[in-house]
Amino acid sequence: MQRHLISAADLTRDDAVLILDTAEEMARVADRPIKKLPTLRGRTVVNLFFEDSTRTRISFEAAEKRLSADVINFTAKGSSVSKGESLKDTAQTLEAMGVDAVVIRHGASGAPYRLATSGWIDAHVINAGDGTHQHPTQALLDAFTMRRRLVGPDAGLGQDLSGRRITIVGDVLHSRVARSNVDLLHTLGAEVTLVAPPTLLPVGVETWPCEVSYDLDSTLPKSDAVMMLRVQRERMNAAFFPTEREYSRRYGLDGDRMARMPEHAVVMHPGPMVRGMEITAEVADSDRCTVVEQVSNGVSIRMAVLYLLLGGNEPAVTHPSPTTPATRRSASASELRTTEEK
Amino acid sequence: MSKILIRGAKVLGGEPQDVLIDGETIARVGTGLPAEGAEVVEAGGKVLLPGLVDLHTHLREPGREDSETVLTGTRAAASGGYTAVFAMANTFPVADTAGVVEQVWRLGKEHGYCDVRPVGAVTVGLEGRKLAELGAMHESAAGVTVFSDDGKCVHDAVIMRRALEYVKAFDGIVAQHAQEPRLTEGAQMNEGVVSAELGLGGWPAVAEESIIARDVLLAEHVGSRVHICHLSTAGSVEIVRWAKSRGIRVTAEVTPHHLLLTDELVRTYDPVYKVNPPLRTERDVTALREALADGTIDIVATDHAPHPHEDKDCEWAAAAMGMVGLETALSVVQETMVDTGLLDWAGVADRMSFTPARIGQAEGHGRPVSAGEPANLTLVDTAYRGPVDPAGFASRSRNTPYEGRELPGRVTHTWLRGKATLVDGKLT
Repeated sequence: MQRHLISAADLTRDDAVLILDTAEEMARVADRPIKKLPTLRGRTVVNLFFEDSTRTRISFEAAEKRLSADVINFTAKGSSVSKGESLKDTAQTLEAMGVDAVVIRHGASGAPYRLATSGWIDAHVINAGDGTHQHPTQALLDAFTMRRRLVGPDAGLGQDLSGRRITIVGDVLHSRVARSNVDLLHTLGAEVTLVAPPTLLPVGVETWPCEVSYDLDSTLPKSDAVMMLRVQRERMNAAFFPTEREYSRRYGLDGDRMARMPEHAVVMHPGPMVRGMEITAEVADSDRCTVVEQVSNGVSIRMAVLYLLLGGNEPAVTHPSPTTPATRRSASASELRTTEEK
Repeated sequence: MSKILIRGAKVLGGEPQDVLIDGETIARVGTGLPAEGAEVVEAGGKVLLPGLVDLHTHLREPGREDSETVLTGTRAAASGGYTAVFAMANTFPVADTAGVVEQVWRLGKEHGYCDVRPVGAVTVGLEGRKLAELGAMHESAAGVTVFSDDGKCVHDAVIMRRALEYVKAFDGIVAQHAQEPRLTEGAQMNEGVVSAELGLGGWPAVAEESIIARDVLLAEHVGSRVHICHLSTAGSVEIVRWAKSRGIRVTAEVTPHHLLLTDELVRTYDPVYKVNPPLRTERDVTALREALADGTIDIVATDHAPHPHEDKDCEWAAAAMGMVGLETALSVVQETMVDTGLLDWAGVADRMSFTPARIGQAEGHGRPVSAGEPANLTLVDTAYRGPVDPAGFASRSRNTPYEGRELPGRVTHTWLRGKATLVDGKLT
């Protein structure tokens, strides 16, 4: 693992599988009566959010608190940033207070990369979404959700997503979720197809490690998971598509379309959903839709990332009985790290 | 006035010769000229060029003296071998009146490092709506001949047509910053493979090419000349080539950075590479070099764009666009054009002095190195090679993309009408 998590493209297959396996251990903590681990006791993590985001910030905060980190929340609104303070000064101010890791959400693509590489600060940097660039923990939680659903929580340990067919539908052009998912799913061996109107695909998409289609109906029967991306209504004002109705007719997922998917296939959404636009209520509320699961998996994944970046060599989870499979997993995780050090 | 004998200089890269400067003019050019009390500069095989002329410089004064002034900018120019620069109009206030252009012109004259020829704005406030008083700027002491809204495109076809027609009355020229505004809303870098990956708003090549295509046709229709600023794409080269073959009076410039750098550098998200027009692809770089070599692109212009440190020490989207270039231009041209065999030194003199002086009507500049001509000269140590050190720049700003990069060539002497502005690499 690297010092920072900036882009899903930076993760090797083994890094990614290790994060997913660690997240399985973390998920077990959520089933305990006391959902807390002492791993990051005495470490300080700041959630530096320059863009409104409720669910991602709360998810990181929950993960940090379950690992016993001290948490500082910083939102740009009402802060010195609104008075013109630069990203550099904000970051240096926070670091001077003794922050070990910065979880950053920023509207400008590349802001976390700048923070991690320009020598402004020494803390670990975790990208919680930058502009239309990357959102690596979202891709990890999506992959985690797919592995659990398509392979199984226990059967999936140590496994990647080889041969699974994943379809991502919607506003790829403006989506950091799509970029991160294409990178990570490709690394994990999955076959990705992007489906969108041509206006919502970036020029240059032809070089990405995935297929591209303009036709949702022909892609659905060949999908193990279908991920619907949020489509903002204001896009139609910029002539990306004519009307909301036309968009839903051509690219929205309704009950009829869902019926064309293989029986085992799941419907995913990074949220927040625009019901009636890219997804109907019928689909959103069905058992095949993993949107709520993705939220709880998000906490496990973010715990795993924080632990692996900050946690040192302590096993992530100590269990009452040394014979549970989870203990073996954590032991092997720390062995792996020791091996690397040699 | 004193005499200076430059001994053993390869004039335009030819056989070593001696050049005697007497006062403001070149007195003799030949071999074995006697010193006769003249101060002797041993050229030792360095290349002697006519003083360079930059048709595209941002001096920032008035208004942004924190990034550059006429004094620091002209010192940077002298340092880079320039004897004349055309100062762009996007100052605060905008150079759209006779008063502002005269102020800039006077400052250049007082400081004496380099002739400053102000460029007048085409439209009031660079807003693209109402023609500025082009005639008044031309008749002012500054004698404006080049008009440009650079930084912004004269996007309205009717305004562009009128400007092209109007300046014919005094043989002016409109220099277009070709950028279709609607196609470049929110643009942050070249649109292509790299922008798709980085999630940065794309500046498509077609936004430049469509304006160039329109403007060469307008120029043909009204029988005017038009100059294209900082041409950056292979497609633009094709359009200009076609226009010239049709006899349309179009001239074009390329910047040193577009001859060397590509959008792959943006992967660092380091705003030192953020510039307008953006860095393009390897294919474009190759086409631009070939076009400069075959004359489709007429000249090299720096688009020297100083910015204070804080405007580059930030996230990409928040950063200002532009790079300083006066002090590295000749080195980059040597690296990309001379050392690659695409252009000889006579070709460099043409692209960086003769032709820009002719396009901009910079009197006394871009003249042959021969007896009776004004002594505007530049001596270049072409054998030198070393890393670029921004700390040594005369410019007030340091936003160079070449920091630490090894480049060939170093200007050691510059003479402006016989007066040395740079001696042994040091400003006078």
